[in-house]
Amino acid sequence: MSLADDLYRETILDHYHHPRNQGALEDATVKTEGVNPLCGDEVTLYLKVDSDAISDIKLEAHGCSINMASGSMMSEAVLGQSLEQAMSVAGVFKNMMLGGSQETALPEELEDLEALQGVRKYPVRIKCALLPWNTLLEAIETSRAKGEDHQE
Amino acid sequence: MKAFDLEQVRKDFPILSRAVNGKPLVYLDNAATAQKPACVIQALTNYYEHYNANIHRGIHTLSEEATSAYEAVRESIRDFIAAPCLRSVIFTRNATEAVNLVAHSWGRTNILPGDEIVLSAMEHHSNLVPWQLLASERGAKLVYLELTESGEIDLQQAASVIGARTKLVAVTMMSNVLGTIVPVAELAKLAHAAGALVLVDGAQGVPHLKTSVTELDCDFLVFSLHKMLGPTGVGVLWGRPELLEAMPPFLSGGDMIGSVWRDRVKFNELPYKFEAGTPNIADVIASGAAIDYLNRLGMDNVRAHEIELTKYALNRMKELDDALVYGPLDANKRGGVISFNFADVHPHDIGQILNESGIAIRAGHHCCQPLMRDLKVAGTARASFYIYNTKDEIDQFLEALQEADKVMGHVACR
Repeated sequence: MSLADDLYRETILDHYHHPRNQGALEDATVKTEGVNPLCGDEVTLYLKVDSDAISDIKLEAHGCSINMASGSMMSEAVLGQSLEQAMSVAGVFKNMMLGGSQETALPEELEDLEALQGVRKYPVRIKCALLPWNTLLEAIETSRAKGEDHQE
Repeated sequence: MKAFDLEQVRKDFPILSRAVNGKPLVYLDNAATAQKPACVIQALTNYYEHYNANIHRGIHTLSEEATSAYEAVRESIRDFIAAPCLRSVIFTRNATEAVNLVAHSWGRTNILPGDEIVLSAMEHHSNLVPWQLLASERGAKLVYLELTESGEIDLQQAASVIGARTKLVAVTMMSNVLGTIVPVAELAKLAHAAGALVLVDGAQGVPHLKTSVTELDCDFLVFSLHKMLGPTGVGVLWGRPELLEAMPPFLSGGDMIGSVWRDRVKFNELPYKFEAGTPNIADVIASGAAIDYLNRLGMDNVRAHEIELTKYALNRMKELDDALVYGPLDANKRGGVISFNFADVHPHDIGQILNESGIAIRAGHHCCQPLMRDLKVAGTARASFYIYNTKDEIDQFLEALQEADKVMGHVACR
């Protein structure tokens, strides 16, 4: 296996060169920043949450190919999902990246994410792939906390 | 004629014969840490196998041997930096600890509200954060020496910044990102005229440039032995003795005392006042072997070799249309540290692809986040050279960079 098979697969490079849902979201209900202080990857995540579902998502990401591609894929995977579903997708993804050596089969709609499995062979880069997802989980938590505040 | 026998030098470093990803190791991360010659590794095992003992006050043979070996390295280091006296050479864990020692001990007794500490815009976090903390604690202010377009110190701007309020000028001798060699003596002239002191971060400079504290005209010099062929865990603080005498201890406990009563203590004399607890005996002793090795090569020869490599690398990098090289382009004005960015490729991806060819470089902010902000980049890729690197390795590095362009660019556009 070469670097191009493991790490720099076409799907990843495609998302890196043409990241989806990039930019700021004017009417975001949550804005969360994530940084990876070791390598300087940065992501600002904007969510628009309507009745417990992600009706829009945008990212301002600066980082390496793995970070950018992972964020781009994430935005596609969770757009339109309920917060519950988004958390579950994040869980599946994190499990795939941090789990044992077994290849994880993902549901068809998450197939693109499988391209990131090769990153597992390069432990220092796993953090790059996880950053957008951890930021997403934080954003969902913030959104829920806000919701509870409003109810009180 | 070669200044030293490069092939023989390479043979002295056991690690250079290993392979990484099936390719011979090309180690270009020397600004982070240098590799160790066999004589340094042997000095370590020799100590542990033959005369391991705690130093000072021991009256048995092993302790006497260990003490004299440890103290002999202090003398080697005094000589290496051409310091006038031995008692102002203090062993620390690393350069960072040496800066912290000065910030805590000298800083807390001398920095007052309204005072200014002058730093360059390219300082490593280790010569920045301790001063930030001190300034905020004492109500002092940090002021910066800005860089020219080519990443050099602007002495005119420096003259306008260093003034009556300046208490300390803390600058690197050589930038770990840009390679820039700082005109320390000129800055010291400005600082001393203003009644300020000068601390030099020699972590990058001392391993690569012939160093004399008298010529630098500085008041404190800090450096780390692991960047100059020695083991990790040994740093040095050199300070003008009258300053060190007047400074309170940094860490306290055993070894740094003269006499202790139930309610009071008299401190030990220099340098022991600043060496509390059992020091890193083995690594200090092995550091002596590293200093001897560099002395055998001759620091002028080390510098000449690095200028040659840097010139060659800078020249070859011009072949890459999309490579942006930071810092001075004149190899005589810089050390063998080349930071660059390459097309649209993130430095981490460059590092990863080069690693595939067995080439070790560093990628990221290099502990210089403020400088990265000034350069408007998240990070850079950095190749840095030392005595054992060759032009052939630079060729391999260039080839791998071209490969990186192919992997990251062309594959996607296929």
